[in-house]
Amino acid sequence: MRTVLRIGFARMEIELRQLVRDREGAFWTLVFPVVLMVIFGSVFGSQRLGHTDVTFAQYFVAGMIASGVMYTAFQNIAIWIPQERDDGTLKRLRGLPMPKAAYFVGKIGVVITTFVFQTVVLLLTGALFYGIHIPTGIDAWWRFAWIAVLGLTSCTLLGIAFSSLPRTGRGAAAVTTPVVLVLQFGSGVFFRYNDVPHWMQQFAAIFPLKWLTQGMRSVFLPPQASALEVSHSFETGRTALVLAAWTIAGAVLAVRTFRWTRREQ
Amino acid sequence: MVDTVIRARGVTKSYGSLQALRGVDLDVARGECVALLGPNGAGKTTMTEILEGYRMRDGGEVRVLDSDPGSGSMAWRRRLGIVLQSTTDLTDLTVAEAVRHFTHYYDNPDDPQAVIAAVGLTEKADALIGRLSGGQRRRLDVGLGIIGRPEVLFLDEPTTGFDPEARRHFWGLIEGLKARGVTILLTTHYLDEAERLADRVSIIAAGQVVADRSPSSLRAEAMRTAAVRWREGDALREEHVEQPTAFLRTLLARFDGEVPELSVSYPTLEDVYLHLVGGEAA
Repeated sequence: MRTVLRIGFARMEIELRQLVRDREGAFWTLVFPVVLMVIFGSVFGSQRLGHTDVTFAQYFVAGMIASGVMYTAFQNIAIWIPQERDDGTLKRLRGLPMPKAAYFVGKIGVVITTFVFQTVVLLLTGALFYGIHIPTGIDAWWRFAWIAVLGLTSCTLLGIAFSSLPRTGRGAAAVTTPVVLVLQFGSGVFFRYNDVPHWMQQFAAIFPLKWLTQGMRSVFLPPQASALEVSHSFETGRTALVLAAWTIAGAVLAVRTFRWTRREQ
Repeated sequence: MVDTVIRARGVTKSYGSLQALRGVDLDVARGECVALLGPNGAGKTTMTEILEGYRMRDGGEVRVLDSDPGSGSMAWRRRLGIVLQSTTDLTDLTVAEAVRHFTHYYDNPDDPQAVIAAVGLTEKADALIGRLSGGQRRRLDVGLGIIGRPEVLFLDEPTTGFDPEARRHFWGLIEGLKARGVTILLTTHYLDEAERLADRVSIIAAGQVVADRSPSSLRAEAMRTAAVRWREGDALREEHVEQPTAFLRTLLARFDGEVPELSVSYPTLEDVYLHLVGGEAA
């Protein structure tokens, strides 16, 4: 266990170093959600939700943070791993005295770090330019923490499982991006969830993003805004259950499908 | 008593209907450098990857440092150094960062600076790996392979694509490791490389060992028969003889003055190799 953590942290450190060196990649990871925030904030930002004084910008920032979980965990992992399979990283690691778990500890460390930076940049932009209220209650931040941790864990594991689908590193983005985009539309990131057609709501509710988005609204929207939800509640308990279930499913899938080498071999 | 580091008996491996290995035996003693030599697709890499624990064999027996590579432990892996065929990873790190990072996998790693110096990259220590030349990059791979002070080092085609000077530099590096007592299994398709570095050459063709001996005995085999060529009338004649001097005496006696286009030549090591490899493949 100590070896796993020691090597896991060393991997996190070296992977972050490589990530930062890849300046364009690092820049867009941090800035992409901000760009969307600027677009949606400028177009719809000042609209009010129902008869409340909650702005769409406030609603949107919750959705973007939830999407940030998907981006940093699911999407990045599902793209990085096939690339690492192609460039020989995984093959090299497999020949080292490294427990498999250390590799995943490193990945989760990178994901958490990236998510924290992305969220800070997003919230600062939102607060400065779109009047986003940042919650101050310990309750809200506790909820934020466990939702983020469950979300990042389940999405990382699902990203690992998904990484065995694309045959090459180059194809990985093409396979992964549409999945994220479709879920974002269905889960109430770009529009209000209430405005999404019923069948699409049902479909999105199977996957973690809808619950992450709703969970983040419970953090960033005032309590009375729960009346605006389809079920008239933020359903915090159910969110925890669904995310926990996906974490378990993700762990099983990740362990069963992870491959060190390309399929042809 | 000879301390055996690698011992393989009757190793077989198939990919679908292709039989990549058809019963390969291999012995490598401690401190020895053995070259697996053979044409592309002969099974060199498959054999090496079975010994490294990357691939499972279908049949036969394998021991590397007294363990079955198929179920090697972490402690066993720490005693191995592996240099794979060339990869394109790590490009965004500097040489020093990469070497330092790889110390984390081992209990008693070598000093990163010493390793960088040993592979001749001290001046490139702060250069990004993506900017290294092919030869420098391969030397770094060896550096990463030896940072854990391995007892046995696997080198898979370490000098493919090198210019002659880079190859010579690289050979010097490997000879340095041999001098330190590291056991080395080298795969290559360069005969001169095997002759220079290896104590023993194991030639593989079509999944079987066709020769296993010292480079000098291969050379002795090459020297055993000479080809004598000359022109007689319109015909170009050629005889392969074990005693060329005696043969020449009788030949010279038959001609007055010059023997047209007379030449005596020995097969090169390459000819012997091609004969061994071709003979088995045919």
